[in-house]
Amino acid sequence: MSITADDIAKIAKLARIRVDSDEVPELSQRLANILKMADKLQTVNTDGVVPMANPLDAVQRLRADVVTEPAGAAALQARAAFLAIAPSSEQGLYLVPKVIE
Amino acid sequence: MPDSLSNTPLHQLTIAELLDGLTQKHFSSEELTQHYLARIDRLDSNYNSYITVTAERALEAARAADNARTENKAGQLAGIPIAHKDIFCTNGVRTSCASKMLDNFVPPYDAHIVTKFAQAGAVCLGKTNMDEFAMGSSNETSFYGAVKNPWSTDCVPGGSSGGSAAAIAAQLCVAATGTDTGGSIRQPAALCGLTGLKPTYGRVSRYGMIAFASSLDQGGPMTRTAHDAALLLNVMAGFDERDSTSAQNAVPDYTATLNNSLEGLRIGLPKEYFGEGLSPEIEKAVQAAIKEFEKLGATVKEISLPNTELAVPCYYVIAPAEASANLSRFDGVRYGYRCENPKDLFDLYTRTRAEGFGDEVKRRILIGTYALSAGYYDAYYRKAQQVRRLIKQDFVDAFKEVDVIAGPTTPNPAFKLGAISDPVTMYLEDIYTIAVNLAGLPALSIPAGFMQNKPVGLQLIGNYFAEAQLLNIGHQYQTVTDWHKHTAPNIE
Repeated sequence: MSITADDIAKIAKLARIRVDSDEVPELSQRLANILKMADKLQTVNTDGVVPMANPLDAVQRLRADVVTEPAGAAALQARAAFLAIAPSSEQGLYLVPKVIE
Repeated sequence: MPDSLSNTPLHQLTIAELLDGLTQKHFSSEELTQHYLARIDRLDSNYNSYITVTAERALEAARAADNARTENKAGQLAGIPIAHKDIFCTNGVRTSCASKMLDNFVPPYDAHIVTKFAQAGAVCLGKTNMDEFAMGSSNETSFYGAVKNPWSTDCVPGGSSGGSAAAIAAQLCVAATGTDTGGSIRQPAALCGLTGLKPTYGRVSRYGMIAFASSLDQGGPMTRTAHDAALLLNVMAGFDERDSTSAQNAVPDYTATLNNSLEGLRIGLPKEYFGEGLSPEIEKAVQAAIKEFEKLGATVKEISLPNTELAVPCYYVIAPAEASANLSRFDGVRYGYRCENPKDLFDLYTRTRAEGFGDEVKRRILIGTYALSAGYYDAYYRKAQQVRRLIKQDFVDAFKEVDVIAGPTTPNPAFKLGAISDPVTMYLEDIYTIAVNLAGLPALSIPAGFMQNKPVGLQLIGNYFAEAQLLNIGHQYQTVTDWHKHTAPNIE
């Protein structure tokens, strides 16, 4: 399994991680080594085996469809606490660079 | 506390002994906490086991615990100084996950187990170092620098809960919390001569525990003895509606069965755990431990876990895939690090993440993204999930014949700092611990001897929700051996 510079560019974009061109050779080598190890999985016959997502094969627990978040002053207080740790916020909103011209 | 212990320095006592001493007013929690804080202040520069020390909060909690004791309202762990791995959110105290990404993150809420320990009266001394986002087996990927193993300070303590392990081994706290996604409690416990328990998946709430791989992550106790681990698990275990995979099974008193006899216990030794790659001296220590269990009345038979060699490849598809999804939340918008002067939103995301994450974390996110991407999903992620079921089935079959599975925790003792730079070589250090997470089973690592003056760990794997049995077996072993009582040389 080889990983090309194009592969790196594609997954770096999907993962939203900037990868500089000087990082590409070492990164592609290391990722290829990991995938080579993972390729051992291809040797196993898994016909008819149900993929396992939860070790206890548990299903999602459901609850009554009612509001459980606090309302009123408590909600405002919680919102203020979460906004206080944001890199940039204003009037109860998170600020990011302009998206629409 | 027996009179024989009244001259023992406080930092050498176990939780069980400290609780006796506190109850009998031989010392107060405030004195005990001050004693530990002074040790951290004087000695931790040798180990780098703490990221944040919360001295004032600790003393406040200690005084509250002393008052509660005077009023006969003491909780189960009132006044006991512990430390939390810096992966557990603590309200008002920076929670970094050992990453530049969260260097400035002060959570506005507590993790479930942080609340539980506070309610039980435990005193939190601070937050321990770890591999960045719990991705590592050596504690070398921390943004705050590597942790050193108190048994040999040129060696790693293991990871990812390496700070918790080093802090206990250097007697800078009596116990600590850890998390285990592929061995991150058991491996550092083994390398630092401690007792470490990875509970059944779902036994301990993941609420407020920064997610790495959600179908594998599990918090648990790291201590000097199995008895102390039972005391911690009593506080940590239990249903929490805020964790969607929290188990609803009843929680027993884990100390109640510690003294049960091991007569008739059936121990299985997987032949795949005693093959190529295992240090002969570790094998010898494990075989000697098995002899002790036979003396205690257990029977031993060889078993097979035929898919063992698939566990590491399976894990290194599933864990990075889940990590790539979980870590997408670190985007520089709501909390944590943000790059300087982003020119647009895409630049903000990609530079924040390139600058905020370390190399190993980025590698795993990229591998996970690849394994989940169109055209590769079936070949990697779906295939790994199928193999995961085969690995689980190995254990299900084994537990039809035996009660517990025993083997080494790691193939080698603690290795030198910087000795392993190839990720795949590092991944293979977790060969005996990873399958347990894939299957969701509980497992205990206990000290079982030494190799080149470095601790060796014995791993006991139990059936689902058999934590009480594992702690019983560990405790019985610790009543007839003294490996767990050895302390690292050259610590004050």
